[in-house]
Amino acid sequence: MPTAFNKFILFSALWAAVFSAPHALHAKESETSKDLKTEIKEYIAHHLEDAYDFSLFSYTNAQGEHVYISIPLPVVLWDEGLQIFSSTKLHHGEEVAQVGTHYYKLEHGKIYKTDAGGTINYDEAHHVTNSAPLDLSITKGVVSMLFIALLMFWIFRSLAKTYGENGGVPAGIGRFFEPIVLYIRDDIARPNIGEKKYMKYMNFLLTVFFFVWFLNLLGLTPLGVNVTGNIAVTFGLALLTFIITNFTGTKDYWLHLFDPLGSSMKWYAKIPLYIILIPIEVLGVFIKPFSLLIRLYANMQAGHIVLMSLIGLMFIFKSWLGSPLSFGLAFAISLIELLVALLQAYIFTMLSALYFGFAAEEHEHH
Amino acid sequence: MEKLISEFSIGLFFWQSMIFIGLLFLLRKYAWGPILNAVNERETSIKDALASAEAARAEMENLQSDNQRILKEARAEKEALLKEARNTRAELISTAKEEAQAEADKILTQAQEAIQNEKRAAINELREQVGSIAMDIAEKVLQKELESKDKQVQLINQLIQDSDLK
Repeated sequence: MPTAFNKFILFSALWAAVFSAPHALHAKESETSKDLKTEIKEYIAHHLEDAYDFSLFSYTNAQGEHVYISIPLPVVLWDEGLQIFSSTKLHHGEEVAQVGTHYYKLEHGKIYKTDAGGTINYDEAHHVTNSAPLDLSITKGVVSMLFIALLMFWIFRSLAKTYGENGGVPAGIGRFFEPIVLYIRDDIARPNIGEKKYMKYMNFLLTVFFFVWFLNLLGLTPLGVNVTGNIAVTFGLALLTFIITNFTGTKDYWLHLFDPLGSSMKWYAKIPLYIILIPIEVLGVFIKPFSLLIRLYANMQAGHIVLMSLIGLMFIFKSWLGSPLSFGLAFAISLIELLVALLQAYIFTMLSALYFGFAAEEHEHH
Repeated sequence: MEKLISEFSIGLFFWQSMIFIGLLFLLRKYAWGPILNAVNERETSIKDALASAEAARAEMENLQSDNQRILKEARAEKEALLKEARNTRAELISTAKEEAQAEADKILTQAQEAIQNEKRAAINELREQVGSIAMDIAEKVLQKELESKDKQVQLINQLIQDSDLK
């Protein structure tokens, strides 16, 4: 335990060393006249997106300027070679960042190549026509995921270690997590996949459950990261489910896909049915993981929108009745979100296990 | 939908995949593997312990029933022994009684025989004595009676007459 704790401290120190001190940025807010509703709306929209720096909080100073306190993160671009620079250079899209001979500008949360003046060209539909470099930046979401990955590694490594030290009984924080691990094994993996093959899928199921759950919970902290509410992240997770399902598919799984009726009918009777059935079955292979990615994304996104809107309402009402009311509501929704965080992780894991079960299925030929 | 696609961040997807797959392999080696192994081992050991406890219980029961059986047998044996002893005793007593009876009978018969013999001897003696006394008396009487010759002859005749020769 103490060694793990030391590692944690070391990690924190590294964090501080890499990302220097929090960095204050003065943004000229010309549109201070913007009404509160639009501002809240923009704030929520901004929060839902990934960011190039880890913003902690912002305030308005005496001059009416918004001051953002944030931890700058490295921006990594592939544009005729690797371009790495600090996100402070982007100035929240206020200024053009010059890196070597290249110029970049942040526009609507994306980095585009510009000329030295920072001109952004739009087409008729108000889409940016500037070319965008391949963006592999260590964004706020990436940092959050790294943090969760390290946290998970620390927690479960210490749990794994306590077995040896404590005679097969977990100690410390593992006492809380062991029943959850066992629950996933006994109530998700075993019944859905079957006694013979479940061990093969346990790594993925356990990792995905805790990864999604922890990230969901992190999204409820005031740090305001919205990682699982980002479609790129849920896409990545669902893609893995898809790959594992189809790569571990047994003969029966593929037979069921392309010959769902089996020998219950003569081959010439099956042809007209299969014209419809097979495309449906094949579509199903893609729809299943797609539903996973949309469900998790939509649930977390919606939760964040509702929660932040209710918090925003407090500032709009500014009355003795309205504000406490919306506070109460926001509090209630937070509790529900706490449940949703667990529930969505459970559903993702459960359905993944179910799909793996289909893939691992081996039955008597009918 | 268009907004979703345009917002899709390749970078985030890339890093997510890297981090997640890395985590998957790290946790498999350092966490899930050892955890699941340890839990499995624990469960097997619990199962084994339960099974051996069950076996011990069964053996105990076996032993107990064995004990019961042995006890029963011992009791039966005791009963048999006692019965035999009782029988022997009864037999012994009856034999003794019979022997005693026989002895007694024998003694009695002997006694009777002895008495008979004694009686006979006594009678014989008595007869002898009575005879001798009678002889004496008769001698005396005869001496007196046969003082004269006539008388002697008379008597002899008389006697000869009386005693019919058998």
